[in-house]
Amino acid sequence: MGARVVVDVMPKPELLDPQGQAIRKALGRLGFESVTSVRQGKRFELEVDGEIDEAAARRMAETLLANTVIEEFRVHVEHTP
Amino acid sequence: MSTVVRTRIGVVTFPGSLDDRDAARAVRLAGGEPVSLWHRDSDLAGVAAVVLPGGFSYGDYLRCGAIARFSPVMDAVIAAAGDGLPVLGICNGFQVLCESHLLPGALIRNNHRHFICRDQALRIESTDTPWTRDLTVGQTIVVPVKNGEGQYCADAATLEMLERENRVVFRYVGGNPNGSAADIAGVRNAAGNVVGLMPHPEHAIESLTGPSTDGLALFTSVLRSLVAA
Repeated sequence: MGARVVVDVMPKPELLDPQGQAIRKALGRLGFESVTSVRQGKRFELEVDGEIDEAAARRMAETLLANTVIEEFRVHVEHTP
Repeated sequence: MSTVVRTRIGVVTFPGSLDDRDAARAVRLAGGEPVSLWHRDSDLAGVAAVVLPGGFSYGDYLRCGAIARFSPVMDAVIAAAGDGLPVLGICNGFQVLCESHLLPGALIRNNHRHFICRDQALRIESTDTPWTRDLTVGQTIVVPVKNGEGQYCADAATLEMLERENRVVFRYVGGNPNGSAADIAGVRNAAGNVVGLMPHPEHAIESLTGPSTDGLALFTSVLRSLVAA
């Protein structure tokens, strides 16, 4: 038994995302003017031995993977045979 | 009255470039006339060669060089490189050339994840480029290396092609500073006019400030190539 944990981390929507802005501007210069917003985040994929519940996965995310001052995260746990 | 006509070599500044002045100084000490180019320039001011210097570029937000590659000056560099213009990319310049697909492969974070800054020995593997003709195959030069994302990588077929076509120009010796595949420090394009390397020859041009003056040979090489052409 094992599990696969996917954690998506994104900058909080109210925060300025300079990376996303730089990418949006570059897309506009390349002719993709219809793109009105880009936000750049991170995705973590964790392989876990044995069982893990969603609460533990959330603790990992908020302890290390995301800085909850500036980022929000989504956790997805898949149990694997 | 005689006038000395010096060969004009362009040095591009991207927002974030910090070795552009050093590259210009290397051109001058080698006997050329450095010409400053801004990344928004859409023409190359008639220069005979171009250096993309190290430092950083604003596109590093996405991947090193990913957005800088679309600066207007790069359209001109890519077109001119196709016509044989000598182009040298150093460090971030190498990353920009890889993102531009003027050179194969990509540069990723160092395998040990640390920024590294040290004097580095390089073996010259290919002298059939305008940037290395004053050097000798098998010769060792020492120039500084300083990067956080200098690990050269490419798929197995590309690495095999680079070896088969003698397109590895510089190889690390005495220790690989960043985990680069096959100890590759620099490569060239098929025609040979475009060369990229991670270490910094422009920081090894004067004994006062560099570990050697070995780096000057790249700049004298291109000037001699252009005079011979």
